[in-house]
Parts: sequence; structure tokens; C-alpha cells
Amino acid sequence: MTSAETPLVEMRHISLSFGGIRAVDDVSLDLHPGEVVGLLGHNGAGKSTLIKILSGAYAKDEGEILINGKPVSIDNPRDAKALGIETIYQTLALADNVDAAANLFLGREITTRWGTLDDGAMEAACRQVMGRLNPNFKRFSDPVKSLSGGQRQSVAIARALYFNARILVMDEPTAALGPQETAQVADLVKHLKTQGIGIFMISHDIHDVFDLSDRVVVMKNGQVVGRAPVERVTKDEVLGMIILGKCPGGAEPGPGAIPAEELPTEGVPDL
Amino acid sequence: MFKPLLAPLKKAAAATEVDTRLVGMIAVLALIWLGFNAVTGGAFLTPRNLWNLSVQSASVAVMATGMVLVIVTRNIDLSVGSVLGVTGMIIGVTQAEILPQMWGYGHPFTWVTALLVGILAGAMIGALQGYIIAYMKVPAFIVTLGGLLVWRGAAWWVTSGRTVAPMDAQFRMLGGGPTGSVGELATWLIAAAICVVVVYGLVRNRRQRRRHGFPLRPLWAEWLVGLSVSGITIGAAAVANAYPWPTRVAERYAEAQSIPVPDGGLVIGHGFAIPVLVALAVGVIMTFVATRTRFGRYVFSIGGNPEAAELAGVNTRRVIMQVFIIMGVLAAIAAAISTARLNAATNAQGTLDELYVIAAAVIGGTSLAGGVGKVAGAMLGAVIMQSLQSGMVLVGIETPLQNIVVGSVLVLAVWVDTLYRRGTST
Repeated sequence: MTSAETPLVEMRHISLSFGGIRAVDDVSLDLHPGEVVGLLGHNGAGKSTLIKILSGAYAKDEGEILINGKPVSIDNPRDAKALGIETIYQTLALADNVDAAANLFLGREITTRWGTLDDGAMEAACRQVMGRLNPNFKRFSDPVKSLSGGQRQSVAIARALYFNARILVMDEPTAALGPQETAQVADLVKHLKTQGIGIFMISHDIHDVFDLSDRVVVMKNGQVVGRAPVERVTKDEVLGMIILGKCPGGAEPGPGAIPAEELPTEGVPDL
Repeated sequence: MFKPLLAPLKKAAAATEVDTRLVGMIAVLALIWLGFNAVTGGAFLTPRNLWNLSVQSASVAVMATGMVLVIVTRNIDLSVGSVLGVTGMIIGVTQAEILPQMWGYGHPFTWVTALLVGILAGAMIGALQGYIIAYMKVPAFIVTLGGLLVWRGAAWWVTSGRTVAPMDAQFRMLGGGPTGSVGELATWLIAAAICVVVVYGLVRNRRQRRRHGFPLRPLWAEWLVGLSVSGITIGAAAVANAYPWPTRVAERYAEAQSIPVPDGGLVIGHGFAIPVLVALAVGVIMTFVATRTRFGRYVFSIGGNPEAAELAGVNTRRVIMQVFIIMGVLAAIAAAISTARLNAATNAQGTLDELYVIAAAVIGGTSLAGGVGKVAGAMLGAVIMQSLQSGMVLVGIETPLQNIVVGSVLVLAVWVDTLYRRGTST
């Protein structure tokens, strides 16, 4: 993570307002190949909104996005995917009424010579990728509505991985999962790191991401409170950033950090 | 109590992978037919009545295939009856008033030009409504409710309310009747071709599944599917051929072609009616579009989760606009069928059709919650609705009572459907 290296993603001074409320306020963020950046904050801190700007679901009001040092314009999810940005959404974003293969290839279907859907090829590819990701998965012809949370999660992850993502965005990746499946996701993240994929992990729960991240960035009220490599801060200090907006000494403060003199000194629970 | 009886049926359904609700609908249709046949003392299951039934169902069946896609994307189209009215009027005026002035009467291209003009008008109406729904974000219910009034008014406006007649002789073939049927030999050939295609499809499907190493259905199940579809096809052909031309029409035809009339009169079977073949062709194409193309996959995924489809990179707005364009084109085709059948274009044509079309789609298993629906089911739904209506006419039930029955059946069908879905949880 030398600063000389060109970042995979660079988001500069991004702002977005919804009806007068600044959901994202002058946020800058970067991500390097093989790096995991944990993006933390309360519900409503603006992290999901920021990441939806990167994945093309929302259009930004201000700021610029650079991929490999080149400015790009991302107007819709198709643009993002063309740049190698794959997103696993908090809601999993699956079409419930169709099967795993149809979801895996949604928007990028394999077609035959005549331009018709090649369901056989898609199901075969789906069986292959799911076999690696979740060998217990057998329900290929059922609509994903009838699958368990973990199975749905594997479908969503398979979709992000199958198309050779360079940049992976995981929004609350383990929110719907049990402990065993959460461990699987952790293994997967470590594996992807070794392949040079850059990963944004978004969570409101510090325990989900602290151990997997190389750096953490904390947001509050749409602004960055601070950012730090994980080895320079403790979990308690990060919690202080999330809850109070208090930037510890080991972190680089952002525009959202509250100056020390404004922090309440009485009645603050011991973190 | 029924469990031991149903067990083999369930096994057969699972092995053949046929849609159980489609089979259920065929059973309901069979019950309706047998019931009316018993009540009317055998007047329902005659070649003549069944042939007429098929022709009467054609126009609603054509539109119902498009309504499936509309409803699957969580939209509705209340304007189809009025769109049928205005496109029918345009088709009528084009062939009965505009083209004869340019080319004279009976020009060989008149019918196809009029048809294309009508289809183009339908596509443009669909595109306009679809654009307002998809891009301007006005709910489909409101846009097409407005359309219901706008296009009915436009149909009136085309000729200031005057009925346009008669239609071009070739165009009239689209509406059925003795000249609008393909005849006995062609009917047998078409039936044979359908059987061949079905068997080929089954063989090809089995081969592909084996190539990919997917589980195969048992061989007897393949035979069962192939034989039942072929049986129904051949049966339909036999029934269509068993309905002879009216004696006077046959005599006039014999005179014109100078064929000697044998003792007991000349018997010429109708065969499949052209509007029915048009409807079947539309059904096959729409099934193909819905299940075998990217567009169809997008339609269903939008119905399942519009946000997920958008995030997956599907251009959801364009797909929805295209769905409404298809609906407009189908309303124009239905308009051609009903104009040809009536041999006139009137401004009241297609009134209340939107309700029959929506009812056919819903009875056919299309869920108003979106994401679920089958083209074949909707066409079968159209036949069920038409069977009820013409059956009640045969029995001599008064019109108000007919409407009460049809309305109740719709509600009942959706209730049964709700139970069915709860049972299978799909």
C-alpha cells in the first residue's frame, strides 16, 4: 500500500443530496489492488449511499471517480460492471421468482448462435461455480425465493465473482448469515485478496469487518470521520469514531471529525 | 380421502414436469364443456359449436398473451379494448376508403397494407403509453385508464362515429368463415407438422439434458407428453374438419369451380380457421419470447424484483416500454381479426375487452403481484371465458345473469389460485 502505487479506485469529493439532506458530503476514498477497506458507520451514515454511487445505482451530484487513475463516468449499473465493479447488496438483490442460474447471469445471459437463451450452458456454468463456492448447493431449478439465507448469499456472491470482478463491493455481506456461513465469507475474502481484487466491506457492526480489513474508514452523517490502517487503532477507538465522531490519534481525521473541545466530557459511556 | 387416488397423478405430474395448474385448467375446461353438453342435450360438443368457440376466442386470446407480459412486470393495461377499437377503425378506413381511392377495389396488397398500418398504429400507441409509464413514471393503471377513454374517443373521431364497411375480400379471411378456413387437407398437414415438431422438441430437449449431464425424465413420461399433445392436436383437426360448409355456400362454390355435386350434397369441411391459426402462431411466438429470449428473462426478473433487475444491469425502463409496444401490436392483430369477422369497423368494437383479456390472463395463472405467468395459460383462460359465455348463450341464460356468472367465476378462479399458490408455496 505505498502511496506511489496508482489506486484501483479513487473517489474524490463525492457529494449527493436527497431533498436537501446531504446523504454523502464531500467524501474521498481510495482502494488499492489486494486491499480490503472496511467502511463503517451507523445506519444512515451514508456508507451504502456512497457505495451505490460507485456501483451506478445512484448518480452523484458532485465529485469524480477514477479507476486505475483514469476519470470515469458511471451513470448506471451497466457502466459499473463494464469497469469490473461488482456489488453484493445488503438486500442481496435477487429476482426471487427465477432460479439460481438465471440470477447468476441476469443482464449477461449466455446465448446460442441464434440469440436465444442457452439455459443448458448457463445451468452448467452455475453448477460449476456454485460447486466451488458452496458444494452443498443442489437446488438449481428452484426459484431463489425458496432458498435459505446462506444459499441466497452464495448465489449473490457467485454472481459477483463469476464475471472476473476487479473491484468488489460487499454491503453488509454477513448480515443474513449464521456463524458457519460468516466464516465461509471470511475465507472467501482472504482468497480474493490474494488474487489482487480490491474489496470494500461495508458494515455497521465493527466485529464483522475489523479482522478482515487492512484499513478502516468511518463515516457519520454523510462525512468521513477518519481513516486508519487497522494496526494503528483499537476496536474501541473505532467505536468511538462510529458513535461519537471522535477521531483518535492513530487515525487521519476527515471533515466529519468532531474537534476535541466540542466533545462531551461528562456522561460518556466507557467504551 | 383423495390422497390414495391422487398419488399416481402426482407421480405422473412430477415425472413429466408438466405444469400441474395447466393440467388443472384443462380439467376445468373439460368439466365446463361436459357440463354444458349435458345441460343442452348434446348441443355444446358439436363440431360446429367448438369451431365457432375457437374463432370467438381468437381475438381475446391474442391480446391475453401480451397481457401476461404486462402483468408479469407488475403493470396493467386497461386500454386494450379501446386500442383494439381505434386500430380496427384505422385498419377499416385504410382498406375501405383510403386504399381503394389510390389502387381501386380488390387490389392484392390492400389487406396486407391495411394490416401493417394497423400494427404500426398499435405499436405507436403502445410506445406512447409505455414511454409515459416507464420513463415519466406515471402508474400504468392511470396511463391506461386514461388510454381507455382517449383511444375510444379516437376510434369515434376517425370517422365521426360512422361504421366502416365492407372489408376487403382477402382481408375477411382473417376473420374465419368458410373462406377463412384452410380446408381439410391443409388442416391434416398442419396437425401432422405440429406432431412432428412436438416429438422433435422432446427428443432434442432430452439430448441436450444428457449432454450437460442433467437428470432426465423417465422415458414413459416423455411418451405420455408426446402422445397427449399429438392426440389433442389430431382430435382438434378431426373436429375442425367435421364441421362442413353450409350447403348453399358449398353449392355456390361447386358451381363456380364447376365441380359436380354428388347425391346428398357436397360436403366440404372447414378445417382450422385462419384466426385460430393466427392466435396459435402468436401464442407460439410469445411463448418463445417469454421463455427463450433475454427480453423474456428480463420481463420475469423485473416482475420478481424490479430493483434487483436494475442493479443487475437490466435496462428496466426500456424493457417495460417494449412490453407495452408488444401489447399495442397484439391489440392491432386482435383488431384485424375482429374487424374481419364482423366485416366492418365500428367505434364500439372491443368495448369491455380489456376486462376479458385481464380475466383470461389471471385465470390462466398470471399473478397480479408480478413475476409469474404463462402465455399458454392465458390462452387457455381465454378459451375458458369464451366457453362459459357461449355455453350460457346456448342454455339460454339472460345477458345480465351471464355477466354475473362470468364476474363470479373470475373472483372464484383467483381465490382458487391463491389456495393453490399457498399449497405449493411457489
